[in-house]
Amino acid sequence: MAVIELADVHRDFVVRRKAGRLRRERVVVKAVDGLGFAVERGEIVGYIGPNGAGKSTTVKLLTGILVPSAGRVRVVGLDPSRQRIPLARRIGAMFGQRVQLWWDLPLLDSFELLRHIYRIPGERYARNLAEFRRVLELDPFLHTPVRQLSLGQRIRGEIVAAMLHDPEVVFLDEPTIGLDIVAKQRVREFLLAANRQRGVTVMLTTHDLADIERLCSRILILDHGRLVYDGGLEALRARYGGERTLVVDLEEPAAALRVTDARVTRVDGPRQWIAFDRERTNAARLAAEVAAQAALRDLTVEEPDIEDVVRRIYAERQAGAGDDRL
Amino acid sequence: MAELLDGLGLWGRLTGARIRAQLQYRTSFTLDVLGNFLLSFLDFAVILVIFSNVPQLGGWSVAEVALLYGIACLSFALADLLVGELDQFPQLVRDGGFDLVLIRPRGSLFQVVTANFQLRRVGKIVQALAVLVLALGLLDIVWTLERAAMLVVMIPAATVLFVSVWVAAICIVFWTVEGRETANAFTYGGNFLTQFPFDIYDRWLRQLLIYVVPLAFISYLPAAFLLGKPEPLGLPSWLGLLSPLVAAAAALAAGSIWGRAVRHYRSAGG
Repeated sequence: MAVIELADVHRDFVVRRKAGRLRRERVVVKAVDGLGFAVERGEIVGYIGPNGAGKSTTVKLLTGILVPSAGRVRVVGLDPSRQRIPLARRIGAMFGQRVQLWWDLPLLDSFELLRHIYRIPGERYARNLAEFRRVLELDPFLHTPVRQLSLGQRIRGEIVAAMLHDPEVVFLDEPTIGLDIVAKQRVREFLLAANRQRGVTVMLTTHDLADIERLCSRILILDHGRLVYDGGLEALRARYGGERTLVVDLEEPAAALRVTDARVTRVDGPRQWIAFDRERTNAARLAAEVAAQAALRDLTVEEPDIEDVVRRIYAERQAGAGDDRL
Repeated sequence: MAELLDGLGLWGRLTGARIRAQLQYRTSFTLDVLGNFLLSFLDFAVILVIFSNVPQLGGWSVAEVALLYGIACLSFALADLLVGELDQFPQLVRDGGFDLVLIRPRGSLFQVVTANFQLRRVGKIVQALAVLVLALGLLDIVWTLERAAMLVVMIPAATVLFVSVWVAAICIVFWTVEGRETANAFTYGGNFLTQFPFDIYDRWLRQLLIYVVPLAFISYLPAAFLLGKPEPLGLPSWLGLLSPLVAAAAALAAGSIWGRAVRHYRSAGG
């Protein structure tokens, strides 16, 4: 069953721009321009795209913050802008750069207030809070005012705030921004567990592609308010990021090796990086070529970096090379 | 009914949390309340200055104007305590903070006005109440059942009217973020106008304040009724008794304007 549905959704913004000394002209900006997709219950979807692509606008349309200019939006079967309050009880949202918690209250007091705002039954609240405290290790700062928390602590608090009422769908906007590796990992594990154990559907907006690699089974890529990719990570790599890299460690430093249907992208002492397209050659053939030229000690194959893949998609579209639906 | 009680309970919790936070800085809080209280007396001094030059204002004596002032300022101070946070609303709209309000399962207006309850606003209430009690003591009002009823309903009705004007006026920021000054003209300007007898205003302004923005029902008509003054526009004197009905209608209108205006919210950024 689809928990998120968009059909031919548009959202325009009218911007008044200075044109000449006194005249101001009306410019219509199409932030979301004929967007359509569906997300099934239990999916973790990565929603990515360059700045200004319309990601935040989409999330705001799905949470009932913005009213669509045209088209049909449904989240858990409700029309977000018209049924905002019933919807709010069933979804959670977290905006990484915004503080939802009460700035000058202890973290626990914020949770208590949310319990009453969402009318969470006492028993369920106690059970959820106990679990989140354990998994996210909140106890050391549970009684600290939010303004005194570190970023990592605050983000953990914000995530709990978005999940206390057992939402069916959560929208997370940059949940790991500014966190260190350990904190990022903790947040990701928490989200994976919530998805597996509670069946929470997650829609993740992020610039951190490691988030996507660790969490998402499906990726939606948005550009200029339109969907340019919808599919899995592997398919995305196969299609755009054909290049893998063979990293070889030689016994002794050497000049760049000569390889057919591939190229050496970097040489660092005895280590060399060889990029290749798997359609044209393969790691075994390259390894044989290398071994014929120098004494080989070790080798590894690196998958294409998702970041490169996405960068290539944007570049391709900007050059006007892609058609509308790639 | 259960809904209403639940809402009241939550209001208590949210304002309680704000008060606890404000009381963390006790000295600063005490000075704030005291400052508010003293400043509002300066406000009343303006009226005394006027009366040191003229014996009457539009046919109203100093005690009668004090009654007007007391009703207008007490109800305004109560409205300020309840929804004064709306003054910060343009900022909330500009930086997109209103987003967070909209993702929570409660009325958006309710959340905005409870966002930062300021207990220091009680200073003004104390001052206005003092002036009102003083004026009632100085005046020889002939008490009838109707006048007693007027005395009971006038403050709640006037508070609801000010709240409605405040809510309706601030909605302008959904269209233009620079709308704050315009909104202030209605709220603070309205409070100023209601402190004086309407007899001194031009006919068009009086009519505007009765039929369009019904501020006449805040202090002027109730006070005229208590004092048995003839209504200068030739309207029946019992008109003041209708203030609860006018207040209810204004509240419904303001709620409806807010509901429509929220759909024009543009958030911030892409």
